[in-house]
Amino acid sequence: MRLKLFGAGGGRLGSLAGLGRGGAGALALPGCLLYTRTGAAPHLTHDTLREVRGVPGVAHIALPALAEIHDVLEEYKEGAAKFMGMPDAVLYCSLHDPVTPCPSGYNTNKTVSLWGSSGRMEMTASKFMDIQRAIQPDWFQCISDGDTISGEAGRKRAKKSVDRSLSFLDICLELQEKSPELQGSVMFGAIEGGDILEERLRSARETAKRPVGGFLLDGFQGSAMAKETKLKLIASVTAELPEDKPRIIHGVGKPDEVLECIERGVDIFESFFPFQVTERGSALVFSYDCHADPEAAVLTQNGIQDLEKNGAQEDQEEVSKADPEMTPFEIPLKDKKYHDDFGPLLEGCSCYCCQRHTRAYVHHLLVTNELLAGVLLMMHNFQHYFGFFSAVRDALRDDKLDQLKELVFRQALQGPAGATLKQ
Amino acid sequence: RSRAAKMAAPAAGPVPVLRIVAECGRSRARAGELRLPHGTVPCPVFMPVGTRGTAKGLTAAQLAALGCRICLGNTFHLGTRPGSELVRRFGGLHGFMDWPHNLLTDSGGFQMVSLLELSEVSEEGVRFQPPHGGEEILLSPEKSMEIQNALGADIVMQLDDVVSSTTTGPRVEEAMLRSVRWLDRCVAAHARPEQQLLFAIVQGGLEPELRLRCIRAMTQRDVPGFAIGGLSGGEAKARFWRAVKLSTEHLPRDKPRYLMGVGYATDLVVCVALGCDMFDCVFPTRTARFGSALVPWGSLQLKNQRFAKDFRPIDADCGCPTCQRYSRAYLHALLRSNTAALHLLTLHNIAYQMKLMGSIRDSILQQRFPEFVREFMDTMYRGRGGPPAWAREALEAVGIPLG
Repeated sequence: MRLKLFGAGGGRLGSLAGLGRGGAGALALPGCLLYTRTGAAPHLTHDTLREVRGVPGVAHIALPALAEIHDVLEEYKEGAAKFMGMPDAVLYCSLHDPVTPCPSGYNTNKTVSLWGSSGRMEMTASKFMDIQRAIQPDWFQCISDGDTISGEAGRKRAKKSVDRSLSFLDICLELQEKSPELQGSVMFGAIEGGDILEERLRSARETAKRPVGGFLLDGFQGSAMAKETKLKLIASVTAELPEDKPRIIHGVGKPDEVLECIERGVDIFESFFPFQVTERGSALVFSYDCHADPEAAVLTQNGIQDLEKNGAQEDQEEVSKADPEMTPFEIPLKDKKYHDDFGPLLEGCSCYCCQRHTRAYVHHLLVTNELLAGVLLMMHNFQHYFGFFSAVRDALRDDKLDQLKELVFRQALQGPAGATLKQ
Repeated sequence: RSRAAKMAAPAAGPVPVLRIVAECGRSRARAGELRLPHGTVPCPVFMPVGTRGTAKGLTAAQLAALGCRICLGNTFHLGTRPGSELVRRFGGLHGFMDWPHNLLTDSGGFQMVSLLELSEVSEEGVRFQPPHGGEEILLSPEKSMEIQNALGADIVMQLDDVVSSTTTGPRVEEAMLRSVRWLDRCVAAHARPEQQLLFAIVQGGLEPELRLRCIRAMTQRDVPGFAIGGLSGGEAKARFWRAVKLSTEHLPRDKPRYLMGVGYATDLVVCVALGCDMFDCVFPTRTARFGSALVPWGSLQLKNQRFAKDFRPIDADCGCPTCQRYSRAYLHALLRSNTAALHLLTLHNIAYQMKLMGSIRDSILQQRFPEFVREFMDTMYRGRGGPPAWAREALEAVGIPLG
């Protein structure tokens, strides 16, 4: 794995190359991973995924689903990627699934608990490495104690998360050395420490001393940590890390938060966010085209339609009340105002869904509980999200990050700015 | 060296829908083409059911890539949600689904009777309360045609008075006679005969005499095709096949015969032998969503633990995208967490049906349909005590005795 930085200001524009078994895999930075559930993009078969543009070169799978079939993988012997029908994929295995809640209070000095479809699995470092030997991932998060996000963790708990994680890391590095199956795998060290600056710094410095291939900023999931604190900690942590190794963060998905992290030295994100948007029947429509003329976007595409309908403002508020997770970056297609909307999900979008179907069709599919709704929305939401990262890289290259930030942050407050999306 | 096909004599009016290319020398099976507004469809053909404007989790592109050139849309479901007027504004069901090939819509009658607690049939039509709110609706022959005209499918079905195949008594005759009258009303109300082909539906339950009377009456009307309705609803198979055979015996040779609701592999093979050309059924797509994969020797219930470590594909001889790439063990694992598994199985099951019909058709063209039938039955029933008695009898009756 080789990391190259291109020296842009405002973020680490660069690339990772030489990834995967054959060394042909690559990932542009800053970038995201392809979120999968048991190795398949949610709702998408191989051929429908192929219709999505900009799919990242590294796929993300969570350990719990694979831990549940450990015995199957052991018998299979040829690794999880091949088992899951993606022998040429570059695979990153994280400890937890970003979408599955992790109840607090179950980790011990020697074990970490994972949560899968069959419930809780308690894991030692040794058991963890057994499973990784059967998975044979290209990258994997070292087992760590990240149980500091509930907001009740104090200094002592934060210290424990660092101590335990370092202890796990040392055990796993040693075990990796003795495992032929894992010689080609890159271990990512998890940086813990809750919301305590000292502990975060200690974790970063100590982890950086170990021969890990990359770093994972853990424990920033959820909403318990104050935003200021979160951003300050992220910046402080990355300042301690070597430039030439990639930095992944878990649990950050909204575009405004992604930009904040990129500015503070983070390279790689997950793509669970478009999946969550899909699951609530919404389509991402936020603009990331900072070349569009802001004055031309006075009456937005959505705005015009809203003005034509009475009480549209109330509708939007009602729906947002209905789903507290809704963000300003999306439109809730189950809403009845879309039942005769003949436009694409997003004007100017070149995805499979927007090229062939309308908001009304997707609305109909959602209202009648048809499986195809998830398929089409996932295709659109993934393509849009991957397009966003591409726009971030372009903005870094063209020194336009400030404009992009302004555009995205404005939408974080006001909702989608939808002038046509030019690509 | 296929026997010279007897082309249907050119009709005075529009081009006939069915072109017979070959006929089995022993049974009543025939292979040909349906010439439909959105392109030619080889037959015998199985039509996947798309219910609400989608082939379940498959995109239109995926369905077409499997070789499907005609599928079903469901008038009742689409007529209530989103409503036919809205679908018309989309350019009909074709535009709505982005489907460039052929579509067939049913009349809405069957769903009404089977899905609704409170539906009431009279000479006017079927009166019912929409399940999702709104005023009471009368689905008359005229209304059904109005909806189907708006949806714009290539083949539309008459509104028939459907009774369950297990019903007996005077209601069966009443429904049959009413269906004939409703056929006339549908023909009269049909606003787009150039673009959409209206098929009649033969009723009469399991009573040979009633069925015969129905056929005699309906074949006097000039419709481009006939469906055999009122069967495949739980009746005894022994009576089922006899009713099918009676129907094909008396329906015109040169018009397509559509057997509604038939989709199990064995039933398809037997009913092709009996002379049917078109079939539809929810079974392959529905069973996929329960984790069941269709194979030439039955089906695999992939949720079952026995497949957890089975690293073979569903069927090594199947060329579908699912079998090319994934093992039974992986599908077993994926079923737990990702709807993609359902789509992969739906893809496979439709591919299975398409392949089966293709093999049937090829064997007829190559004049070896009886051998095909025997091989099929052997693969399916060897080790399970042999083919079911009803299938044996039916095939024997059309000149294909099984060993």
